[in-house]
Amino acid sequence: MEIAILFLPLVASIAAGFFGKFIGDRNSEIITSVFVSASSILSFILFYEVVVNSYESNVVIATWINSGTLNVNWSIKVDPLSSVMLVVVTLVSSLVHIYSIGYMSHDPHKSRFMAYLSLFTFAMLTLVTADNFLQLFFGWEGVGLCSYFLIGFWFKKDSANAAAIKAFVVNRVGDFGFALGIFLIFYLFGTVNYSEVFQQVPQIINKELLFLGINIKAIDLICILLFIGAMGKSAQILLHTWLPDAMEGPTPVSALIHAATMVTAGVFLVVRCSPIFEYSPLTLNIITVVGMTTAFFAATIALVQTDIKKIIAYSTCSQLGYMFFAAGVGAYNVAMFHLFTHAFFKALLFLGSGSVIHSFKDEQNINQMGAVYKKLPYTWILMIIGTLALTGFPFLSGFYSKDAIIEFAYLKGNTTGYYAAGIGVLTALLTSIYSWRLIFKTFHGTYNNNKVKIEEVHESPLVMLIPLIILAIGAIFAGFLFKDLFIGHGGENNFWGQSIKFLNPLSTDHPPLWVILITPVLVLLSIPISYYLFVKNKKLPNQFAQSNKPLYNFLVNKWYFDELYDVIFIQSSKKIGLFFWKIMDIKIIDKFGPDGFSLIIKSLSLRASKFQSGFIYQYAFMILIGLSALLTFLILQ
Amino acid sequence: MIDIGLGHYLTLGAIIFTIGIVGIFLNRKNIIVILMSIELILLAVNINLVAFSIFLNDITGQIFTLFILTVAAAEAAIGLAIIVVYYRNSSTIRVEEINSLKG
Repeated sequence: MEIAILFLPLVASIAAGFFGKFIGDRNSEIITSVFVSASSILSFILFYEVVVNSYESNVVIATWINSGTLNVNWSIKVDPLSSVMLVVVTLVSSLVHIYSIGYMSHDPHKSRFMAYLSLFTFAMLTLVTADNFLQLFFGWEGVGLCSYFLIGFWFKKDSANAAAIKAFVVNRVGDFGFALGIFLIFYLFGTVNYSEVFQQVPQIINKELLFLGINIKAIDLICILLFIGAMGKSAQILLHTWLPDAMEGPTPVSALIHAATMVTAGVFLVVRCSPIFEYSPLTLNIITVVGMTTAFFAATIALVQTDIKKIIAYSTCSQLGYMFFAAGVGAYNVAMFHLFTHAFFKALLFLGSGSVIHSFKDEQNINQMGAVYKKLPYTWILMIIGTLALTGFPFLSGFYSKDAIIEFAYLKGNTTGYYAAGIGVLTALLTSIYSWRLIFKTFHGTYNNNKVKIEEVHESPLVMLIPLIILAIGAIFAGFLFKDLFIGHGGENNFWGQSIKFLNPLSTDHPPLWVILITPVLVLLSIPISYYLFVKNKKLPNQFAQSNKPLYNFLVNKWYFDELYDVIFIQSSKKIGLFFWKIMDIKIIDKFGPDGFSLIIKSLSLRASKFQSGFIYQYAFMILIGLSALLTFLILQ
Repeated sequence: MIDIGLGHYLTLGAIIFTIGIVGIFLNRKNIIVILMSIELILLAVNINLVAFSIFLNDITGQIFTLFILTVAAAEAAIGLAIIVVYYRNSSTIRVEEINSLKG
């Protein structure tokens, strides 16, 4: 069963990718959707087995590397953690496959698109089922590659190509840290298999290393390097710049890769390595700080963006920040829970926004929309469900996971914990405001689009709505149904088993009532406030933006991160590159190397060619000279 | 009166030969001059052959000379014919302008 789950997407990908021309677009779509859906159903069965029977296994497919002490298997590790990820990945993936049939109906490269989606699913499954760091890294790079393919899927758009390259390059920074982390693990433990590494961790807690001239505890260094990798993949602050640009890809891609699965790989990595991270309080604090900063900063940017997908992208960034600070305060299970619920409502929001974009004939600016809730009733309702779930409206999925994060941060009881909880509450409020801003600007108010007449706006086909409905069901009930399983209070529930390690058991106290209540109250209050701001009295936000121009510009320009990187990294590396190109290469190496030689030979041969005048008498003269010289030589001898 | 011997004849032959050679190389004007220079070279050879024939008392040299004269006449005729044809094709027989061998 495990093998089927893993290989069905790969088979589908090969079929659609290499034989798409022979079997046709329609068949490629059907094959990939059916295979991935089958994989999804099997994942659910497996998940059920894991939950009910505590089933665990490690299927070894092949020995990958066996060299000296480096023994790496390609295997499928099934434990509670990976089974959750399997469900998330295959479910969202299969829904996105089905949705794409409708969304990409006007695209000429359907089979290629489906092949990439399935290949991505395969890579993501390899990532989550790894039982060693090397296979994890393989999947990690595989999803990065597929992300690159899919962001740049519309390869005729320059902006899409640029975004794809940006995503790839920024991820390299993170991957470099990740690779160094794996090297260090192999150096210290002599193995990269999870079980052996995790077993040996307690033995090296006090070991110190000299790194870049600084004495640092080895365990801290490992964790920081691994976390840098996670930051790149999960678009945390400093390495987040690729995620908003990645929205150049088709919307189903944004839903699958840049909301539900690939970007959560970083969170998965931290949770998977909890037996290491637990021994490094320093790194956990860093993770908390980075997570809460990202959550806050992405939310502030989302407040002022006008591109419907970029708002949701920053929202993803922000929610990933929540997951990280949950992991940072030691509540790995809560991080996984938020990952799980987030996958539903964020994929729902993305696919819903895709449905809106589709209806508006590829318009993404929310200022160009409005007043279409009667025209797109299903999309409207589904988007509202997604928004409610995202903002943490009571009893929807986001409510359970996000509030749990804030509570656990509060219960952590140290300074970072309190800060994180405070930022978490504030971010929840911001989340609610920007989400409702999106809804109100898109569906309410006045109709603002000049290109598409309101009569032409039409509801999306059923094939796009069904995945939305399934996701909406998940967004409503996932939190309520799985709350006890994932984050059940009181220790008697041991779903996670050995897959997550808690050095100190999580606090089972209940936080004060006001901590529990503050977030839902703020979220509830924000709905009428947003309605007032973005529908009733539209001048107020504009006036506020006018009177606080610097702040507004700061947010619209995304905290000037792109500009900053442009000055610091891009310009300087461009200059270095230009120096090496213009001075080192052209003026020194080429001048004295190949170009110099060819110049000498050229000038010599130019001179030699003067002998060839074409005048017979000169040739005859040469013959004579030669003959005389030869004769003289012979006579003198 | 000086006694005219073999050396004088050979010297005359060498002088004529050199004039012929130099005539080929220094001539920049007319291709007919080249033809005449070739004739001169042949004559120089003939003088040598006749001189040696007398000197060695061997008639072969003189007969050879007659053959050469014949061949030279034929060669002159062919050469002139080639020049006429060439002039018809390229409307010039100036040496400086005949350089189609140049690549």
